[in-house]
Amino acid sequence: MSNVIKIKRGLDIKLVGVPEKELKEITSLKSYGIKPTDFPGITPKVVSKVDTEVKAGTTLFFDKYNPDVVFTSPVSGKVTAINRGERRRILEFVIEPDGKNESEVFKKDKPENLNREEIKESILKSGCWPFIRQRPFNIIPKPEITPRDIFITSFNSAPLTADLNFIVKNDFSAFQTGVDALTKLTDGKVYLGIKAGEISNQFSNTANAEKYEFSGPHPAGNVSIQINKIKPVNKGEVVWTLNAADVIIIGKLFETGTYNPMRIIALAGSEVKHPQYYKTLLGTKLSDLTNEQIKNKDIKKRFISGNVLSGEKISENDYIGFYDTTVSIIPEGDNPEFFGWAKPGFGKFSLSRAFFSWLTPNKERVLDANLHGGERPFIVTGELDKVFPMDIFPLQLIKSVLIKDLDLMEELGIYEVAEEDFALCEVINTSKIEIQKIIREGFDFAIKELG
Amino acid sequence: MKSLERYFEKIKPNFEKGGKHEKWGSVFESFETFLFVSSKTAPKRGAHIRDAIDSKRLMSIVVMALVPSMLFGMWNVGYQHFLSLGTDAGFWQEFIHGFIKVLPIILVSYIAGLGTEFVFVYIKKKEIEEGFLVSGLLIPLIVPVDIPLWMVAVATILAVILGKEVFGGTGMNIFNPALLARAFLFFGYAKKMSGDKVWISGLEKGQNIIDGFSGATPLSQFAGATKEQIADGGFKVFNGLHHNIVSAYDMFMGWIPGSIGETSTLMILIGAAILIYTGVASWKIMLSGVLGASAIGLLLNVLPDGLNPYFELPFYYHLVSGGLAFGIVFMATDPVTSAQTEKGKWIYGFSIGILIIIIRVFNPGYPEGTMLAILFMNAFAPLIDHYIIRANVKKRLKRLKVKA
Repeated sequence: MSNVIKIKRGLDIKLVGVPEKELKEITSLKSYGIKPTDFPGITPKVVSKVDTEVKAGTTLFFDKYNPDVVFTSPVSGKVTAINRGERRRILEFVIEPDGKNESEVFKKDKPENLNREEIKESILKSGCWPFIRQRPFNIIPKPEITPRDIFITSFNSAPLTADLNFIVKNDFSAFQTGVDALTKLTDGKVYLGIKAGEISNQFSNTANAEKYEFSGPHPAGNVSIQINKIKPVNKGEVVWTLNAADVIIIGKLFETGTYNPMRIIALAGSEVKHPQYYKTLLGTKLSDLTNEQIKNKDIKKRFISGNVLSGEKISENDYIGFYDTTVSIIPEGDNPEFFGWAKPGFGKFSLSRAFFSWLTPNKERVLDANLHGGERPFIVTGELDKVFPMDIFPLQLIKSVLIKDLDLMEELGIYEVAEEDFALCEVINTSKIEIQKIIREGFDFAIKELG
Repeated sequence: MKSLERYFEKIKPNFEKGGKHEKWGSVFESFETFLFVSSKTAPKRGAHIRDAIDSKRLMSIVVMALVPSMLFGMWNVGYQHFLSLGTDAGFWQEFIHGFIKVLPIILVSYIAGLGTEFVFVYIKKKEIEEGFLVSGLLIPLIVPVDIPLWMVAVATILAVILGKEVFGGTGMNIFNPALLARAFLFFGYAKKMSGDKVWISGLEKGQNIIDGFSGATPLSQFAGATKEQIADGGFKVFNGLHHNIVSAYDMFMGWIPGSIGETSTLMILIGAAILIYTGVASWKIMLSGVLGASAIGLLLNVLPDGLNPYFELPFYYHLVSGGLAFGIVFMATDPVTSAQTEKGKWIYGFSIGILIIIIRVFNPGYPEGTMLAILFMNAFAPLIDHYIIRANVKKRLKRLKVKA
């Protein structure tokens, strides 16, 4: 393969608790949950009320403003609860499985025999559509807009994330089928970002996609960075992005004609006894994985659905997020440290060399969720650029969002980024500013203004 | 330490919402986070692991980098004092004399500045910002030793209010607060900030001073120097015990009259090494500043002589004299008031270097140009960034046009 792109700016944070490549299947779970809160910008309208019998692929709810975009049950059974939060906002649909493993029936055929409308319809109706997200704004795309191109990333580069090459091991044909289906949905190309320098990388065998290899530190695996290097998004353009793990589910839809949202999830982090992979379904409850897997119960833990850079803090009894193939468990770290800012800091993690931990850069660390300081206005400059490998000024873009200047946001490249691209910026930021939240608010603001 | 922690936990409710001393909550919090790195953890969504660095650590590194200059400055104050008396007092007596002279200035600066900050903490109901930890030490190091303490207090308070808080606090200000304090003093009380008498402790009073002792800084000597003196490569500055001639070496080492902390280029370089190695300050600004000053220094050398003997001064004399090194290392690199883009930092630093020398050489009114050059470029930093950012914006627009 000739297309190798080297990412220079970035950072690999080495943490304790990388998952072993062992797979354990967990079955006969008591409940599954789908959380509308996983989809920013969606206003859920309930279809399957409490006590409705559902099959895998039966619509639970749809988006009020895009009624074709439906969200479906991962399993056959009964809706036992729709939990609501403040102002009756729907937090989750809970489905109790009946063990029958029934599924709604969709078109079972090779994608090359189907036309664009048929493929779109299957993906929409089965509930696979939400796996697709778009740039700009990292939201679920409108079905009526045909994307310029489709970008798939086949590796996660954030710390302690699932190895997609391991996930795809027994499902490569489904992945290929998924890619074939996606090629029908764009007039442009399907691009596949592959990790460079991997021996026996199955994704290298993918057909019908333009392949680019990426080397270098995180965020090399982030699809925005790959788009920026391959073919950047301009004003007025829409591209779709997918993660390879989700492409497998789309592929299975066409191979089997059923909705089968199988998930292989990496349970990782320093607080896990034996970090490894679990085979289950979308919407699994975290406690079903963590069963007897948590170290020393005395230390307060933080359970993160997703990776440590941009995941969501959940409780052990919550359901794992729709898009997440990683669950990370780290110490909460909510104990004060006397004169902590003045200590030499041999074990502390820092990109700067303000602590003596620069002596041991390759050590795998146990990091907790402590902020290590209070929030301040931006002081240091140039630090964000070190971990932001796009031709965009991160600090200035963030500030343009803070002052809500839509023209400036547009000029500085808001259409090309997602929240996760700023995750490292947030990690290393001296002023402890919630950058990913600011970016998300910027998206929401822009969507509202642009209508 | 545990007991202190427990005590803070115990009194905390009084300062929280609804507590007895609710109004003092932000002040309490400022003290608490000074003692303990807070127990606050990352929010629900976002990055769950964070770099150990925070603004307290950042500022304390800068303070550490200033310590060599401060200690040397204390010794030099004593050394210059006894030199003017014509006695050799020995290292410790010299240091103690300087310590007694300098410590009150440092204390006044911190008390006045932090006091003002706490008033704003109370008004704004926000945790204290650590920026003044650095400014509070910078101010004493850039004033002459015999400055009246009340002037230090007035200048510091004005700098904190007009230089920082009116813009919204640390991170929002346009001008470097410490330099602003110096500018207030310079223009408000010029007599105490310039001339030949203010740089050595006790010289103004003039008791027991040995005959012919001038006390002038090298820079004011350069400005009045003849061509012959320049050619000699040195100047008769004072009838010192060890050194009759101020050489580049003397200036590099720093046993010359000047503002308290600015004289020793060596000590400043130690500070610069700390700042660059830890990544706290931008090496780009420092390097480009030195390059800018050297470039203009060399250019002046090749200009036809006879215009001004000052032109003939070897360029490296500029680098080790006056406040150039101190300004470029500790003042120009202030991230808030310097250019924020990486390319912009090169332009910003280089311009400061050029301006310092131009003001020194071409403006007979001001022997030293560092303060004015940096303040001037503080004002222009946003403009530099503007053009760098526009170039990036244009690139993005061009991409769109190529496609269309």
